[in-house]
Amino acid sequence: MPCVRLQATLGAETPAEPVADGHNARMGSTLFDRVWEAHVVEEPPGEPALLYVDLHLVHEVTSAQAFDGLRLAGRQVRRPDLTLATMDHNVPTDERPPDSLARAQLEALRRNCEEFGVPLFATGSGREGIVHIIGPELGLTQPGLTVVCGDSHTSTHGAFGALAFPIGTSEVEHVLATQTLPQHRPDTMLLDLSGDLPFGVTAKDVILGVIGRIGVAGGIGHVIEYAGEVIRGLSMEGRMTICNMSIEAGARAGIVAPDDTTFAFLEGRPAVPKGAEWERALDRWRALASDPDATYDRIVEIDVRELAPQVSWGTNPGMVVPVDGVVPDPATFADPCDRENAERALTYMALEPGTSIQDIQVDRVFIGSCTNARLEDLRNAARVVAGKRVAPSVRALVVPGSAGVKRQAEDEGLDRIFEAAGFEWRRAGCSMCLGMNADVLQPGERCASTSNRNFEGRQGRGGRTHLVSPETAAATALAGRFVDVRELALEPVA
Amino acid sequence: MKPVRRVEGRIAVLDRADVDTDQIMPKQFIKRIDRTGYGESIFFEWAKKPDFELNRPEARGASILVVGRNFGCGSSREHAVWGLQDAGFEAVVAPSFGDIFRMNCLKIGLLPVVLPEEDVRALMNLGSGAALVVDLEEQTIGPFGFELDPYERQRLLEGLDDIALTLRREDEIAAFEAARPSPISTATL
Repeated sequence: MPCVRLQATLGAETPAEPVADGHNARMGSTLFDRVWEAHVVEEPPGEPALLYVDLHLVHEVTSAQAFDGLRLAGRQVRRPDLTLATMDHNVPTDERPPDSLARAQLEALRRNCEEFGVPLFATGSGREGIVHIIGPELGLTQPGLTVVCGDSHTSTHGAFGALAFPIGTSEVEHVLATQTLPQHRPDTMLLDLSGDLPFGVTAKDVILGVIGRIGVAGGIGHVIEYAGEVIRGLSMEGRMTICNMSIEAGARAGIVAPDDTTFAFLEGRPAVPKGAEWERALDRWRALASDPDATYDRIVEIDVRELAPQVSWGTNPGMVVPVDGVVPDPATFADPCDRENAERALTYMALEPGTSIQDIQVDRVFIGSCTNARLEDLRNAARVVAGKRVAPSVRALVVPGSAGVKRQAEDEGLDRIFEAAGFEWRRAGCSMCLGMNADVLQPGERCASTSNRNFEGRQGRGGRTHLVSPETAAATALAGRFVDVRELALEPVA
Repeated sequence: MKPVRRVEGRIAVLDRADVDTDQIMPKQFIKRIDRTGYGESIFFEWAKKPDFELNRPEARGASILVVGRNFGCGSSREHAVWGLQDAGFEAVVAPSFGDIFRMNCLKIGLLPVVLPEEDVRALMNLGSGAALVVDLEEQTIGPFGFELDPYERQRLLEGLDDIALTLRREDEIAAFEAARPSPISTATL
């Protein structure tokens, strides 16, 4: 069967006006255009633009070979003051020591940072955390900046109106050496999200719903600008959740125009300008929006009024259904390629078509990751579990996204709420999102997870991952099976 | 990077869509800090199954991997392309690639060839083990032509070191920095 069929066209898609002459200055500019153009060092004819990088975030897994490359060529890190390293992917979140390979990788990062003068937020410093959580937390992630990192979820930082895209290790080396990257200009997609978000439906459900609609290849080659009343109504945390998973739709990056919500989040953070500088920054940042007549290569409109909490059933993040739905029958998939993928996914996930999502029992619950381990996520989950108990058959884990988030959560008493309910409260790190440390699923275990990927074996060999929001994960931990949080008697989030 | 001009070899067909880099190179192998030796780990879990497509005898020793759409989606781990190259692949052919994966390929000289789905289908129909020639100079693969950005093509043909090329623009980079001082600093945190 052909597995090369291209994604079916969307019903809700408006063919964008043809952009025959590319990005003509006479036409309205997009937010992306503005940030891009402000960072072009040089664009010789017939070559990609050389783009300046304002912030380079580094972690242990994708940097060792890049530093080796510098050493071999006798090169330096050009701007250590625009570079920040942290330890996140591999670090233990409990008392168990890292395995020898992990320890060597963490040690290599420490050595490399020392040798090349790169600031490092090491494990135990009290400043460490998931790279995409600490950038915004420190206020380093600012509107209009270019941000890169050797990690696919770099798209998170786009929530601030930064152009933030993931790179591989060769490119990490390039940025370390030159503070620039040759880049081909991506296409743009406007994702207009309209309607009021129903009670119990979160930013995570929005982005899972979006990926379900446009598909995991739907964003290839594009920077997605998320706009519309849904985005305006979301907190920065919610916007980060959405931008974070742009990569899961195949996109190069996600971006959101900054507004008062953005500025309120940033004000007073350590790396943010103060006093008169702050006012000047605000003036610059307020100009960072797309013009009303801006043109995009693609426009997708989605109304969220009918959106329900989402649960993934398969092995990629586009395989999602509403929590009140059933596991789909692969026979109903029009595209033969999607059908085959669905069949393979159901075998791996040990699920039968037609099974009610709410009849699926889970063994594990993971609340964490760069998608959903910020303070707001933990508060929302804690609200669901307060005064209740995790089902006896479930082992549930909360891993704060950073040492800072952990401290704040503890100051608010969230750790005690989780622990009283039977959750394990851990130290910061990527943890069971990708299972590089000891936090893994056992073969056959089923997990409700607030992370971003349900790929085969992602959370541990043979593990079965269902992606959900923190609220759904929390409620699922209590019931031992998926729960429709719209039916819980919770106060709506203000 | 070694120049890439012509790949003459046999194909291996992996008729699956949306293959993510977690499948190509699982997490336990990306803890290593070396740059080589990833070849034996590619498709680690799938390869344990005797009926896995690339375990077939006719797929052995192939240098051109023919795959479904959105190949290499997900994680940015360059270890995935290091592994494929280390396992002997010199070109990967698909209707589309994950963006980061494709860029990683270009950086190390593993030739990513994007073809219309029907051409990929035609190559898949030849079956693993079929002989094929990819000519980057002519931009042909078997009977088909393919497109590649002229700059990237030239870089591959000449095996140019990207970093060295950029370092030649030191003056332009310095001028950019002088005109636009960094709004942030990680040194003072």
